[in-house]
Amino acid sequence: MAITDPPKIVTSRLPYADSHTLERYLATGGYDGLRKALTMIPEAVAAEVDTASLLGRGGAGFPAGRKWAMLRKSPVTYLVVNGDESEPATFKDHLLVERDPHQLVEGVVIAAYALQVSRVFIFIRGEFALGLERVQAAVNEAYAHGALGADIFGSGFSVDVVVHPGAGAYICGEETALLESLEGKRGFPRIKPPFFPAAIGLYGEPTVVNNVETMSNLPWIVNHGGAAFAALGEGRSTGTRLFALAGHVNNPGVYELEMVKTTFHDLIHAPVLGGGIPHGRELKAFIPGGVSAPWFGPDQIDLPLGQDEVAAAGSMLGSGSIVVMDDHTCAVRASWRITKFFSRESCGECTPCREGSGWLEKIMERIETGQGRDEDLDLLLDACDNIAPGLTWPPQQTTICVLGPSIPSSIGSAIQMFRDEFLVHIKEGGCPYE
Amino acid sequence: MTDQATPTPVGAPRRSGRHGAVQPSHLSSERLTRARELMALYPEPRSALIPLCHLAQEQDGWLTPEAMVDVAALVGVTPTEVLGTASFYDMLHTEPVGTHVVAVCTNIACLLGGAAELLEHAESSLGVNAGGTTADGVITLEEAECLADCDRAPCVQVNHRFVGAQTAESFDALMADLRSGARSEDIPSHGTLIRVRRSTGLEADPERVAAERAAMAEAQARRAAEAEAAKASAGGSGGAS
Repeated sequence: MAITDPPKIVTSRLPYADSHTLERYLATGGYDGLRKALTMIPEAVAAEVDTASLLGRGGAGFPAGRKWAMLRKSPVTYLVVNGDESEPATFKDHLLVERDPHQLVEGVVIAAYALQVSRVFIFIRGEFALGLERVQAAVNEAYAHGALGADIFGSGFSVDVVVHPGAGAYICGEETALLESLEGKRGFPRIKPPFFPAAIGLYGEPTVVNNVETMSNLPWIVNHGGAAFAALGEGRSTGTRLFALAGHVNNPGVYELEMVKTTFHDLIHAPVLGGGIPHGRELKAFIPGGVSAPWFGPDQIDLPLGQDEVAAAGSMLGSGSIVVMDDHTCAVRASWRITKFFSRESCGECTPCREGSGWLEKIMERIETGQGRDEDLDLLLDACDNIAPGLTWPPQQTTICVLGPSIPSSIGSAIQMFRDEFLVHIKEGGCPYE
Repeated sequence: MTDQATPTPVGAPRRSGRHGAVQPSHLSSERLTRARELMALYPEPRSALIPLCHLAQEQDGWLTPEAMVDVAALVGVTPTEVLGTASFYDMLHTEPVGTHVVAVCTNIACLLGGAAELLEHAESSLGVNAGGTTADGVITLEEAECLADCDRAPCVQVNHRFVGAQTAESFDALMADLRSGARSEDIPSHGTLIRVRRSTGLEADPERVAAERAAMAEAQARRAAEAEAAKASAGGSGGAS
């Protein structure tokens, strides 16, 4: 394993302070991919994406090309871009919308052309005020530049892009909840089947929902060909990917790395990447793909950053965010905070998630604050089992969406890896780390 | 169900809602114009409900009952439906808030970076618990969920503008700046979310798109036929080459 030096596919403009401007974008090859795409037939553009084997970068990792192919034929179809990045410790789309909004817009128009969609909604997390302004400015500039709107670059293809602000709800990152929210309602996920967006999506019409990072890869893929993208990485995990590294590391940040080639060890410890753990402390545990993912310990640190590799080891690469915890971290407190998050963000639609998350949070709180009871560990696992029967990975679910079965991940991991710590909290009536 | 009020006859205009019996009267005329521009971007007006709530917050700093009546009349739902939707979302405040809403993230990455201690400091230095507003009405303090700025932990936002990682000292300085107005350029008061307006309406009207699609399909069929013919002629002359 090694840190390779792949082309910067989505972060090439970050060294420039004015990376968000049309001027910089055009000076660095901007909108060339779109111009090229417009000379191809739409099916050929989609074929390049299929060849690239681009896995969706939102969290589920579903191949974008296959998602596109599933879009039901209909006179009206929609493309919706998911920029509602809210999985805790994930901050890559935040970077892309603020720092390279034109790349996103170009990717969106390429996708719209491949899918022959005439209206696109870019749903951006409401808390990204600057990102919303930057993307809206880029959309305005793209219209003026002829890259958006009617008869794009004289090709005869027309598409409108609407920037839509969210209003603060984690659940709206779930694609069907996002569509509900975009229709002006509460973000309640829709049940699948029948409400697969590709069949019944926005306003009941077939809809493709793609992540911001997924879209941002498209200009490069069209410029260099799907095969060049597929040549990077290994197996099903092709190309590069943004990894958001946070927690106890010297250099937290977003790193674009070739898929599979780099290990978690490299990411956390390499001087050019995470730079190791501060204060000379040791690694206790890390979360490999957002707080919905089960935790890993030092034994798994040599695993490569690849979707299937992480899945085979019992967790997920998910949203590409890695949280590092050093050996001074209280596992109970960390998993309690994550549980509190799910409890606050459960939309309330399904009983096991709505009620279960609240109970789990209360039990976790009382353990951390010294009120824990001997039977609490069994009680926690029993409540988790009601949300995700069997506590397997990937989880079974008793809820409409996957928020519910994500709740047990941190609790299950913490109990499994640090059972003794829970027992000390309960026996000694408090947190040993305080 | 014995003391039921007389039901409204089917089809009769309601006091407000879908039939537009109530004219918007709270939002300024400039914002009403913008509201109608926003609604025009969506196939169904209700889709503009959340953007319109943001617009109302821009005017009043929070989502007032009067503004919800206007939003309801504009998008064609009842005010109750606006409240029922808005109350689902953290950013839409159906109770008054301070001029500045200060959000301290305490989720996992920030927790590891000392966010719980920062929030404790913020509560004691401002004299309010998370969720509360200072007596002078300037600052509302919130404990936020992950704001996606995790490499600058503990992360703080003021009115949804990122202000970078904060220490206790820098936090106090920031609060002083908010009170003195020193940050009014880069941090507009709460409610103002997107200062960049959309510069154009929709351009891809359905008739135009239908014509384009037809032309494109025709061109594709022609190109396919030409390719087919070229292949056939290449196949026919294959023996000679």
